[in-house]
Amino acid sequence: MQETYYHSVRLDKDKCKGCTTCLKRCPTEAIRIRNNKATILPERCIDCGECIKVCESHAKVAVTDPLDSIRRFKYPIALPAPTLYAQFQGVHQPEPIIASLFRLGFVDVFEVARGAEIVSYAISRAMREEDRPKPVISSACPAIVRLIQVNFPALLDNVIDFVSPMEAAAKIAKEEYAQKHGVDIADVGAFFITPCAAKMTAVRSPAGLTKSYVDGVIAIKDVYTQMRVFLKEGFTPLEIDRASVVGIKWAVPGGEAEAVGIKSALCVDGIENVMNVLEAIENARFRNLTYFEGLACVNGCLGGPLTVENSFVAKNRLRSVMNRTTLKTVQRREVFEDAVHTLRLTQEIEPSDAMQLVGTMKQRIEREERIERLTQGLPGYDCGSCGAPTCRALAEDIESGFANELNCVFRLNDRINSLAAEMVTLGASTRFNTLQDTERLREMQEKLRCDDDGEGDE
Amino acid sequence: MIKETYPVKADDMTCAGDVSARIKRHMKRLGIPSSIMRRVSVCTYEAEINLVIHSDGGQIDFEISEDRILVRARDVGPGIPDIDKAMTEGWSTASNEVRNMGFGAGMGLPNMKRNADEFAISSVVGEGTDISMIFHI
Repeated sequence: MQETYYHSVRLDKDKCKGCTTCLKRCPTEAIRIRNNKATILPERCIDCGECIKVCESHAKVAVTDPLDSIRRFKYPIALPAPTLYAQFQGVHQPEPIIASLFRLGFVDVFEVARGAEIVSYAISRAMREEDRPKPVISSACPAIVRLIQVNFPALLDNVIDFVSPMEAAAKIAKEEYAQKHGVDIADVGAFFITPCAAKMTAVRSPAGLTKSYVDGVIAIKDVYTQMRVFLKEGFTPLEIDRASVVGIKWAVPGGEAEAVGIKSALCVDGIENVMNVLEAIENARFRNLTYFEGLACVNGCLGGPLTVENSFVAKNRLRSVMNRTTLKTVQRREVFEDAVHTLRLTQEIEPSDAMQLVGTMKQRIEREERIERLTQGLPGYDCGSCGAPTCRALAEDIESGFANELNCVFRLNDRINSLAAEMVTLGASTRFNTLQDTERLREMQEKLRCDDDGEGDE
Repeated sequence: MIKETYPVKADDMTCAGDVSARIKRHMKRLGIPSSIMRRVSVCTYEAEINLVIHSDGGQIDFEISEDRILVRARDVGPGIPDIDKAMTEGWSTASNEVRNMGFGAGMGLPNMKRNADEFAISSVVGEGTDISMIFHI
């Protein structure tokens, strides 16, 4: 399967210094430095945004939709991620934030937390009524779904087949608005206000859906300054259906499992941590686990690359918000019941192309052997100077024809030393030497041989 | 054919599991079907833990060819006096210290026999133990 897969995470080449920071931090080894600039291997990139967070030159960016793209639609609706409620100092309630969204030009606001309430119910029904391979893995974090497609395709069967709260909110928001106001649903646009780069990718190239229900994705950081101004100006109270705390807690690690009501659940945040646990799950090391909630960002969505507030401060603030939020839902029973059927993914989630292995088993074994030999011939420092994150990755690139052993600084150094020794010998053998010259020549050659770390040349 | 040997140190709980993790990575890169990978991983892990907690040290040999995977665990150690008993579920000679860590449930050898397609074990008391497992691809 190869349609072009959209990636929201991009490089601003002008800002890139060609350092090794993002190279070393990418969890799927999807970055290479070539010609002093970073480059992203699309089949391995999961759009988790780690590189965005660590790049000190701010050369890594996420492409999202600008605010004025909402004018494409006659009736644009804002879908705020609950993360948004924790971004503003001194603001501990969603109401003024929702009011500010209206002032940005949206005709309505439908909280993604309401979508989360509904998905929570649907998942808990499915967990009780259906027989599924355990542990069931949440599909809420798009970077983790993508990670599983690339690195853990054997676990795709465990991923729950419901849409994310964002998709649920978009679908229901548009249907309800069109019906309530008697307008054509095609004129209603759903815009997700996001902390997350991977959500943009999930809308443009959805996993498990032919087309996303969401029409645009706007970064929290892009509306922050304007909203802050509105928030200072105060607000008129609105009549609006509010989300309950069940939905809002999805923004915090562990919130989803709590909302779904599962006892034997494990929540892990931080992409390296999630990878370790997925590895263990794959090795059947967690036999009694029912549900796994994996979040690519530390502190969950509050730690997304497109947020403004420090994620730990935001976590405290969101708890304060949750303390003031009702436990009761405003949504009708039918919406919940329908969801069990209508909010399912419509397609299988496929393994990524990066996992497609070419050739027969014999050819693959021979390729592995060559790569092992190449790796043994490299120093094993994983320094990143060659532009690959590890010596093993360089060996793979050499085998595939994208790189050369002499890209390795240490191997290049060895080669220069042996060439230098050869040149000295050559120079000497074309001259008439006195006895003193010959002695000096021998000393120089000895010195070069020792510098060579005892590795003699032929 | 891929052929590797990994040493395993006795009593080293820090490194316990490293060898089976490396073998898993090899299999993943080769695209071994996941059901086979899981069985090999379970068996290799159990064998590795046994070497760490029961023996005086040993090695794990690992071979992949087109049609089969071989895992062989050999150690120097006390050996197993009664192999039939050792193969019974729940029988364990693990120390209390080890059991407090959650290991030594007595399921290792029976698990290995159940998950491997071919299983062979031999042991000499006072010398050591040798286990071979074959998985068909």
